[in-house]
Amino acid sequence: MKLGRFGEFGGCFAPETLMNSLFELERCYNKLKDDKEFNDKLKFYLSNYANRPSRLYFAETLTQKIGGAKIYLKREDLNHTGSHKINNVLGQALLAKYMGKKRVIAETGAGQHGVAAATVAALFGLECEVFMGSEDMERQALNVYRMEMLGAKVRKVETGTGTLKDATNEALREWTSRANDTYYIIGSVVGPYPYPQIVRDFQRIIGDEVREQMLEIEGRLPDCLVACVGGGSNAMGLFYPFIDDTEVELYGVEAAGDGLDTERHAATITKGRVGVLHGMKSYFLQDNFGQITPVYSISAGLDYPGIGPEHAYLHSINRAKYRAVTDKEAVDAFLLLTKVEGIIPAIESAHAVAYGVTLAKTMPKDKIIVINLSGRGDKDVEQISWFLGNTLKGGQV
Amino acid sequence: MSRIDNTFRRLKEQNKKAFIGFITAGDPTLKDTYELVLKMEQNGLDIIELGVPFSDPMAEGPVIQRANERAMYINVDKIFNMVSELRQRTQIPILFLLYYNSVLSYGRKDFFAACVNSGVDGLIIPDLPFEEKEELSDIAKESGVNIISMVSPTSMDRIKTICHEAEGFVYCVSSLGVTGTRSEFKTDFDSFLGEVRASTDIPAAIGFGISNGQQAAELKKYADGIIIGSAIIRLIEENLEGDFKGKVLEFVHSVREALDN
Repeated sequence: MKLGRFGEFGGCFAPETLMNSLFELERCYNKLKDDKEFNDKLKFYLSNYANRPSRLYFAETLTQKIGGAKIYLKREDLNHTGSHKINNVLGQALLAKYMGKKRVIAETGAGQHGVAAATVAALFGLECEVFMGSEDMERQALNVYRMEMLGAKVRKVETGTGTLKDATNEALREWTSRANDTYYIIGSVVGPYPYPQIVRDFQRIIGDEVREQMLEIEGRLPDCLVACVGGGSNAMGLFYPFIDDTEVELYGVEAAGDGLDTERHAATITKGRVGVLHGMKSYFLQDNFGQITPVYSISAGLDYPGIGPEHAYLHSINRAKYRAVTDKEAVDAFLLLTKVEGIIPAIESAHAVAYGVTLAKTMPKDKIIVINLSGRGDKDVEQISWFLGNTLKGGQV
Repeated sequence: MSRIDNTFRRLKEQNKKAFIGFITAGDPTLKDTYELVLKMEQNGLDIIELGVPFSDPMAEGPVIQRANERAMYINVDKIFNMVSELRQRTQIPILFLLYYNSVLSYGRKDFFAACVNSGVDGLIIPDLPFEEKEELSDIAKESGVNIISMVSPTSMDRIKTICHEAEGFVYCVSSLGVTGTRSEFKTDFDSFLGEVRASTDIPAAIGFGISNGQQAAELKKYADGIIIGSAIIRLIEENLEGDFKGKVLEFVHSVREALDN
């Protein structure tokens, strides 16, 4: 019996020093996931603190402009701290408290998970350290200040490429040395068993709500679900409750950066190979000898060379389809949604918007598509303006 | 009988402890690695562990991480070639310390075939715990290449299970955290190694954090061997522009003396 697999993917490729900590986590989680008191508490914080349920909004103007399927937006951007990350962090931090841990650590790319972790640590009175790549600290300086104001310590990671992958390495190393008093809050459906399962379970509220809301509004299930994937937690949260509804098509959207024909992208499933990193077997961007290759995307949150193992599995059985969207297409979608609907999406989520809009165009008007708006874009406004400035100089617009 | 088993048996007969040294292959050049292995053996090293550079060495502290970065220009085929050349000159047991992706990406069968052809005796794979051993166990068994099992002070009830299937020697991780020198150890070695001893007859070696001959001498009573990595690599790093080989050999010699006295 293989541990924590989704088909051939997943597993528990962790150093021996962490194995008993992972099993302790498994035991505690299995006990608490059906515990009424734990679930009541989580529900209390999700609704009263994080502002759930998030709205399912019919984007009528956008739908008319595109002229195809009806486009609904799942408004995770309206959650407290501005993204879906809070769902998972509330769950895991509560788990940490029940396990008697006084300190939490987290890795972050764009800073959304780090901010969510710092926020909930402040709420629950936990000591918090967030590992962040040096490159990302520069790209997302505002989020660094936010985390520090919330009382977290931000640890700069300068090794490797100075991005999310390296922050994850460093958080795992830190956990190896202090697993006894420290809980590691992983931010996506990645890592060794049982993390991909735990994070998925805490994020499935997105899909559960969509199902209920859609049945109430339209009286039927949607035809397509679209979400961006870096590690893939917002997508897995949306997809999971629909996996058995085979009439609902699932689309994960990866970052194609400068383009799939260049070396500057983060399209893991589209261009990667099966490998093992960060405790899991999945698809990774790597060279012929298995060295993980540097990835690139305008979006720090999608700038990750791997993908959650359950996505790898859904891809392998052809249940979900994975597509890639370039920086340019994502920025166009960012501007489109901002101008047409007055909603500024996170640049990560703009990847889903870009593909969702393309898809909607090809579908008849009686079809329904749900795009997961996983986060809000205030954090990205400065970077988008640079991007546009550069493009204008190049004379491309 | 394998080179690893032979070495431990010979040392036991001589009432000596094994000195296992770790360097990253290709740091700073593969030619240096080749020469270091031969000269370290002459200065009292019993077993050599060669780190295969990886982009994401999760179990390593800063010193070995930097060695990985210095050696990222090489690939494992070049290391296999160097091992073949070493085998013309020495029968010292040669182990690879590497991450599972390096094996998986190469192709599992091809990797073990290359180990056999070049003369690699065993693999230490920090991200392949007992629960994932099946990934390689059949191929490894067929090839005769040992997969070295690791146990740590947090392994507790797992020690028995892990040791039961261990081969070559048991790699006992001295303390929590990643590789790198420690000024002191808080581990209760009596009980940790006692558990290992009670579970298996194969040799046990202690690694992670041992920085000098004095610490090696203090720990030797618990085990059949001592593993030193970061302390050697630090000498390479600090003397990259100078006589790093001389410094390493001096150090190896001092550890040998401490282990033998």
